[in-house]
Amino acid sequence: MLHGYLPSLLEGLCLTLGVALASLAVAVLLGLAGAAAKLSRSAFWRRSATVYTTLIRGVPDLVLMLLIFYGGQLAVNEIALHLGIDDTIDIDPFVAGVATLGFIFGAYLTETFRGAILAIPHGQAEAGLAFGMRPLQVFRRIVLPQMLRLALPGFANNWLVLVKSTALVSVIGLTDMMQKAGQAAGATREPFTFYLAAAVGYLLITSVSVVVLRALEKRWSAGVKAVSL
Amino acid sequence: MSFDAIVDNLPLYLSGAWTTLRLLAMSLALGLLAAIPLGVMRASSRRRWWVPVGCFTFVVRGTPLLVQLFLLYYGLAQFEAVRASVLWPLLSSAWFCAVAAFGINTCAYTTEIIAGAIRATPAGEVEAARSVGMSWGLMVRRILLPSALRRALPAYGNEVVLMLHATSLASIVTLLDLTGAARDVNSRFFLPFPAFITAALFYLGITFVLVALFRRAEARWSRHLHARS
Repeated sequence: MLHGYLPSLLEGLCLTLGVALASLAVAVLLGLAGAAAKLSRSAFWRRSATVYTTLIRGVPDLVLMLLIFYGGQLAVNEIALHLGIDDTIDIDPFVAGVATLGFIFGAYLTETFRGAILAIPHGQAEAGLAFGMRPLQVFRRIVLPQMLRLALPGFANNWLVLVKSTALVSVIGLTDMMQKAGQAAGATREPFTFYLAAAVGYLLITSVSVVVLRALEKRWSAGVKAVSL
Repeated sequence: MSFDAIVDNLPLYLSGAWTTLRLLAMSLALGLLAAIPLGVMRASSRRRWWVPVGCFTFVVRGTPLLVQLFLLYYGLAQFEAVRASVLWPLLSSAWFCAVAAFGINTCAYTTEIIAGAIRATPAGEVEAARSVGMSWGLMVRRILLPSALRRALPAYGNEVVLMLHATSLASIVTLLDLTGAARDVNSRFFLPFPAFITAALFYLGITFVLVALFRRAEARWSRHLHARS
């Protein structure tokens, strides 16, 4: 099947998943930091977070990715030159891809997490503080467990968009599923077959994700009465 | 950092912005036109109507736009019948493939947006239309769609902005849109920061204009849905 290119495509699928998961980890950290900044009492942090989310959501992923890939390359080499290192340093496309996607989806998750935190009655955090918990303890024991459930629908959406956005890393030279499909297409002159195979691969990831996330939503909402119209 | 090259190439950016806007307008028009009947079908309770449309939106929304674009642009050439057809000059042009891929993509998302808005129609509106003896077609045209399309406006505004960003993929299939202009400048002068930041500013500007336009459209058409302040 697929002229023996199936293993190569599966390798690409693994890399695509790797990029997606690594970016997700970066995005979750940035999203939590962003949400904390947006809800903070300091006007400086609130404003910085607003600038971050507005800028990122107003510019295409591809432009940001090219900017970080080429620009980052230049910046790293400038810095290296100043430090007296003569060798040119190549930025790994994996690092550039993960950094860009993490940075972009951090902005989207900021909004998701902010909304989820706001949806938790304020009295709960106050009650925690009144019991003498430290702010981090309140976050870990009271806010986070409830936030997970509330943030899940938005989180699921962002994950699905993120998986599809990883296809762009092929543009900066990463051998993900798109790139592997392109190589096979070039060698066999059957581009339709191989891009279709790549499409099936993405569809597989997104459908499995939907099933898992739906099960998770059901499980986490076990104690919540649903509104019926 | 020198911005001279950017100033010299401003005409390139402007023509790139024009290309981006034309791509956006054409694919949105195509997508919306097809999405209205498909949205009605998607929201229907008849299996033979919603199942095929549901399959279409599932596949398109579950795969990256880049794959869809490559399937059309590179993939179609695989078939002898396509290459021999009179339509080949059209089908092999990057411009046509980009508009077709973007149009199909936004059509799937818009279909779901419209279907969601139709499902949220108060049952009384449809019952009232039936009780005054409206035929199905008249009811859809005069009651269901005007009411649902207004409710779809905020989500559609988001989709339009996402589509603006998606048009940046056109630069991957050789079109000189805004991103294409930036890539061209970057490759000639190797000025990644000025080149891509200029494109990003253009995109931000267009995004803000689109958001403002949709806010005005909502103020005009969805006035009855907003609480008086």
